[in-house]
Amino acid sequence: MACILVFVEQRNGNIRKASLEALSEAKRLASGAGWSVCAVLAGHSVAAKAAELGAYGASKVYVADEERLARYSSEAYAAVVREAAAKCAPSALFMAGTALGHDLSGRVAARLGWGCLADVTKLAVEGGTLVATRPVYSGKALATVDGGATPAVVTLRPNVFPAATGGTAAEVETLPPAPGDIRAVVKEILAKEGGELDVAEADVIVSGGRGIKGPENFALIRELAGLLGAAVGASRAVVDAGWIDHANQVGQTGKVVSPSLYIACGISGAIQHLAGMSSSKIIVAINKDPDAPIFKVADYGIVGDLFQVVPPLIAEIRKLKAEA
Amino acid sequence: MKSCVLMAYVPDTASVIKVAAAANRINEADIKWIVSPYDEYALEEAIRFKEAKGAPVTVLTYGPERAQQGLRECLARGADAAVHVKGGEGTFGDALAIAKVLAAAVRKTGPYDLIFAGIKGVGSDNALVGAMVAELLDMPHVTGVVKLEIGDGSLTAHREIEGGTEVVTAPLPCVVTAQKGLNEPRYPSLKGIMAAKKVAIQAFAPADLGLDEGVLAGTGATCRWKALALPPAKSGGVILKGEEDPAAAARELARLLREQAKAI
Repeated sequence: MACILVFVEQRNGNIRKASLEALSEAKRLASGAGWSVCAVLAGHSVAAKAAELGAYGASKVYVADEERLARYSSEAYAAVVREAAAKCAPSALFMAGTALGHDLSGRVAARLGWGCLADVTKLAVEGGTLVATRPVYSGKALATVDGGATPAVVTLRPNVFPAATGGTAAEVETLPPAPGDIRAVVKEILAKEGGELDVAEADVIVSGGRGIKGPENFALIRELAGLLGAAVGASRAVVDAGWIDHANQVGQTGKVVSPSLYIACGISGAIQHLAGMSSSKIIVAINKDPDAPIFKVADYGIVGDLFQVVPPLIAEIRKLKAEA
Repeated sequence: MKSCVLMAYVPDTASVIKVAAAANRINEADIKWIVSPYDEYALEEAIRFKEAKGAPVTVLTYGPERAQQGLRECLARGADAAVHVKGGEGTFGDALAIAKVLAAAVRKTGPYDLIFAGIKGVGSDNALVGAMVAELLDMPHVTGVVKLEIGDGSLTAHREIEGGTEVVTAPLPCVVTAQKGLNEPRYPSLKGIMAAKKVAIQAFAPADLGLDEGVLAGTGATCRWKALALPPAKSGGVILKGEEDPAAAARELARLLREQAKAI
């Protein structure tokens, strides 16, 4: 029976939510096509997590548990994935489209001689072939792609596919030590100050643009974001002005995001910014200029001064949350 | 020491994208072409490496005739040599096919101690070619680099990940892909522009590198664009007037988000 192999990502031994989304989508597709779902997990002291993956649809989980796999290494993780792929001969290999997934997928695809369908937002099986939709030109267009004659590596954009439980326990198989040297070594991980949520992973994003007038006013954006459990985003203009780090930039030369809720404060909506966020489910714009292009993609908006709109908005949301 | 930069010549990020009649490519009629912005960071880093260690910079591209203009631009900014593998129409969007061609061009014109590339080519947005080239050439790689220190025979790179930075060390030769924030690219000087015109660009066909582009784009294709469409246009947003009474508009927005959109 054909199967989909899902590479499951962990950080500090915790399974990443985006991987559970990838696993759930694999299960959904496999159920329709009469395929099975296998998973592969690499790390250190992660064996206990493996059986839990059954709940998200894996019937079999291959585990590589070694100290040198505790931190990510594209070379060692690629060796692990190849080992698992050799065992289950999958029709496709899924990964979460995270920083790790985007780094690993290229190496794995080249090693296996397979293509890679990157950062996909929709998947279907048509006549036994996997067909994907992926935003291109930063979301200005959508391409329908397939992987040709070989199986495909597929990276799934986080926050797009729902994670769904309902499976049972998975059979766990331990893989032998991964062969090969690790040349590129992760020496340490520097956590971002304040432990802020990353825009690429967030379900809600509150962004600030030139309309916030100065870097100190990101405090207001952060207050609204904090209330909503949201990540803080930014337009290119304020990143280039040095008001906030590039990691927060949403748009064509920043991150392309699809959260459930995107609130743009003082962002006019240059084509490069719209490209990066217009696939968000609900878009809210707050801007002084009624002709700002951001209003053309907004589901809700207020034409007004954000400094007079955002504080009462925070107060009202706080009140609604307290009532709930 | 020697380095090379893998460059993609892409539509300007300000371009309005339209679908071509063939329905699986963009309409190129009004497109202005640019060096992919991330490749500008890659090139700048290579030039800084040259300034520090005297390592000449070769720029490599795989693309149609117009990509030559991108190579000239890179030469004007300080690259020493340029290599143009002509073609790429049939393999467009297929990162593995592109990586095979670029890896073959590296083998033909190298060896290089460092291979720089942008984290992704703007347009096809795959973010794959750097890691694929590294694998095909059996080199380590670091993608999404925002800070780089090159020592003797090794490098230390800061790589952007969700919520933080990974500090990675790797021996040379190594593939490094550039993320925004790595540096501030310089503009070409007039002298550079004049000098760039005199540099002979080395041109190859994929066949000169031992590759059959017909196979790469045909039976050997690993990512095929079957169709291209524009995202559905949005309309009918609820836009409230908040100039007179911003607090009332804010309250109404909160209510709509709660009751209608169920988003908060």
